Amino acid sequence: MDLQIALLLGQDGITNGAIYALLSLALVLVFAVTRVIFIPQGEYVALGALTLASFQAGKTPGTLWLLLGAGLAVALIDVAGSLRSGSRRRIPGVMLWNLGYPAAAAVVVLLARPVEWLLPAQVLLSLALVVPLGPMVYRLAFQPVAEASVLVLLIVAVAVHLALVGLGLLFFGAEGSRTTAFGDASFQLGSITVTSQTLWVLGSSLFLIVALYLFFGRTIYGKALRATAINRTGARLMGISTVLAGKLSFLLAALIGAFSGILIAPITTIYYDTGFLIGLKGFVGAIVGGLVSYPIAAAGALMVGLLEAYSSFWASAFKEVIVFTLIIPVLVWRSLTTHHVEEDE
Amino acid sequence: MSASPRAVLSVFLIMLGLGPLLLPEFYVTLLNYIGLYAIVTLGLVLLTGVGGLTSFGQAAFVGLGAYTTATLTTASELPGWLAPFGHSPWLALVAGLMVTAAVAVLLGALTLRLSGHYLPLGTIAWGISLYFLFGNIEFIGGHTGITGIPPLQIAGIEVKSGREFYYLIWPMLLALIWATQNLLDSRSGRAIRALKGGTLMAEAMGVDTARLKMAIFLIAALFACVSGWLYAHLQRFVNPTPFGLGIGIEYLFMAVIGGAGSVWGAVVGAGVITILKQWLQDLLPKLLGSSGNFEVIFFGLLMVLMLQRARDGLWPMLARLMPVVRDNGMARPEGLPLPKKAMAQSGESLLVVKAARKEFGGLVANNNMDLTVRAGEVLALIGPNGAGKSTLFNLISGVTPMTSGEIRFLGERIDGLNSRTIARRGMSRTFQHVRLLPAMSVLENVAIGAHMRGSHGVISAALRLERAEEGCLLAEAARQIERVGLGTQMFEPAGSLALGQQRILEIARALSADPCLLLLDEPAAGLRYLEKQALADLLRRLRGEGMGILLVEHDMDFVMGLADRVVVMEFGEKIAEGLPDEVQRDPAVLEAYLGGVE
Repeated sequence: MDLQIALLLGQDGITNGAIYALLSLALVLVFAVTRVIFIPQGEYVALGALTLASFQAGKTPGTLWLLLGAGLAVALIDVAGSLRSGSRRRIPGVMLWNLGYPAAAAVVVLLARPVEWLLPAQVLLSLALVVPLGPMVYRLAFQPVAEASVLVLLIVAVAVHLALVGLGLLFFGAEGSRTTAFGDASFQLGSITVTSQTLWVLGSSLFLIVALYLFFGRTIYGKALRATAINRTGARLMGISTVLAGKLSFLLAALIGAFSGILIAPITTIYYDTGFLIGLKGFVGAIVGGLVSYPIAAAGALMVGLLEAYSSFWASAFKEVIVFTLIIPVLVWRSLTTHHVEEDE
Repeated sequence: MSASPRAVLSVFLIMLGLGPLLLPEFYVTLLNYIGLYAIVTLGLVLLTGVGGLTSFGQAAFVGLGAYTTATLTTASELPGWLAPFGHSPWLALVAGLMVTAAVAVLLGALTLRLSGHYLPLGTIAWGISLYFLFGNIEFIGGHTGITGIPPLQIAGIEVKSGREFYYLIWPMLLALIWATQNLLDSRSGRAIRALKGGTLMAEAMGVDTARLKMAIFLIAALFACVSGWLYAHLQRFVNPTPFGLGIGIEYLFMAVIGGAGSVWGAVVGAGVITILKQWLQDLLPKLLGSSGNFEVIFFGLLMVLMLQRARDGLWPMLARLMPVVRDNGMARPEGLPLPKKAMAQSGESLLVVKAARKEFGGLVANNNMDLTVRAGEVLALIGPNGAGKSTLFNLISGVTPMTSGEIRFLGERIDGLNSRTIARRGMSRTFQHVRLLPAMSVLENVAIGAHMRGSHGVISAALRLERAEEGCLLAEAARQIERVGLGTQMFEPAGSLALGQQRILEIARALSADPCLLLLDEPAAGLRYLEKQALADLLRRLRGEGMGILLVEHDMDFVMGLADRVVVMEFGEKIAEGLPDEVQRDPAVLEAYLGGVE
């Protein structure tokens, strides 16, 4: 390997690592607030990318049907719940968000010919379809078992992952897709060429990381999420709704996931099941951070990206083996540094 | 119409035995697969349903079993030391079990001591790793796999057809079910069931929880390996596909849907998922107009619903539907008395705490605490809430490490030892917040206390070689239950007892360990007046037998009527010590309890 290749691989690794870092942040966020180990995180990556690809191919993305279906299910459950508990005032809001919003989205998607739109508008429309699925999935799958053990929540997460992968196959088929790049400029940096897509990935990741930092540090919703993460009961006593906190964290996770998908879709071909492996690599990063530390998780994810890039050079067939075996020394290290003491709760 | 469980089981076994003679080939094949999957799922019942540990990676262990036998029995040339294993599939099974055990021990050692969710995450990771490894190693055929695996031979007869294989798979499954059921109904089984409620109680009863976790992880892996071995010789070829993470997840679903709390849940779960999958794979592509694994959508949604609505799975529902009369095998267990440790001489110092100090970060929870408990006395430890009494209890019993100081028990240093070792030396305790297994009977809960007085392990339990010892342990538990006055509730689930009675149950459990020092954390809380008197009588009797008792209690009437000496704590320090009367007049104590006298 000469320097040229090393730099190229490094660029590759950092680009992918930045995506894994974003996902690891989302995973840490969801786990901290809801104790859900969010295996389906990667599915939002695939959904985001494939939705945008559908728009660009002039097709109606299946995500729309998913949004309409999930919205209908949430509306039915919540309206029935409101009627039973007699809190009818909530009904208009539920109807608006879960029936009105998807219906409006359907009108736009079906009538406004997004294939002719500019890329930023297509991206926004894709996000508008995928991101609301976050809170809807929380409502349907996780809210009824919110107090269950981490283990039960994990099994639910795996079940949701399976269902979403199956739906992805149903809606988008088995073929992969790529989207057009955000720009076709490229820059010479020393001896290597940096594409503008790489800069987009790095810039957006950095932007999102800073934005999350500000959100958690400076805004009342961010602080409420942190409070829920630290002590659910205590937060509830302070008037913070744990349901709201759960939905908000899932919304952010869906946003981060879908946007990551949109960022990498011009670089890698995305299939309906690509998201899972991408999400799991984010996980390895998140585990490095012990599922609690954002900066360590991001650093761990970058490391995963680099390791993957360099191992694809030396032993490309064993790339995945190496990346996922990495988790074992990480777990050993965590087991030596954490002293789990059972609390007398 | 109703029947005994034995009759229902016999009918089931006869139907199983006749099945292949009456059913068309297709159903025999289906039943063969159900049997293979049920063997893996049975391991998960033990691991997940009973032990509370979860693995998504069982398919990888199935793969290890399948690939080991495939490689060894098809290789044209094996290195000398491996050659014997290639001669016969049965020897290859032994090799597969050894490989699987080695991998499982390694992975278990790395992940089992981590808190709950790291294990399943770890299993996802190595499930993927092993899958890609199977697919990328040249000499095991890469993604195309290995063909030409020889058929099994039993006594010179080849087992080839599906019907013949049926009579190999199902007896093996039934034997493993029998062994697993035996294991669960034993000393080790009770300890395994105790794992789910957290390790604190189990360790305090002398159970080596780390070792047990490893044992059930290993058993589950070996079951999976056996299934893989059978699979390889049934199919006569292997490729990586059936050993991927997706299938690993499916195994877990089988356990959850069937009912992970019971061995029969494994059979139900494997059956339901296998049949549903077959049916959906026919139906869905026609319905949706394209081909693909659409059944996962259904399985995903089904799992979410099951976990929301019926977390115990299908088996408990089925068991209720069946016309079975529980024969109440609820006779009081009889068995020879267990050997007892010699009690210390009355008045001899059992426990000596010197200058114990515990800091949590900047907070000093215990400072410079001294106390002595002698044989044949009741020492009461009192003090306002937050005075550090429970912290001191945890230091003495080895739950939390001490910052500085010295604790001696029976003359030897015990600070620095873990709670299991301390328990083995003759100290037994109850918990401020009751820690018992609500679904298990009072008798079984108390028998956990006698755990360290038995010695038979997992294997002899699975083969029922420990029945004599088991009888002694249960009889001892029964004696202690009668001693504390819960004899009429011996066979009821512990969770159905009133809180006060649950505290008494904990005392019986502690007594089953044959302690010479008893630590009781608020034993009288929640008891009615007469129950308190009965408890005081019991403690007096134990004192009379030479037992030392250290007691934390808030009920002053109870304490003052019973204790020989009293130690009063406030803000982590000792403020008074003496006879009950002296302490009650002590100005510092009055100040602590009543506030300053103006």
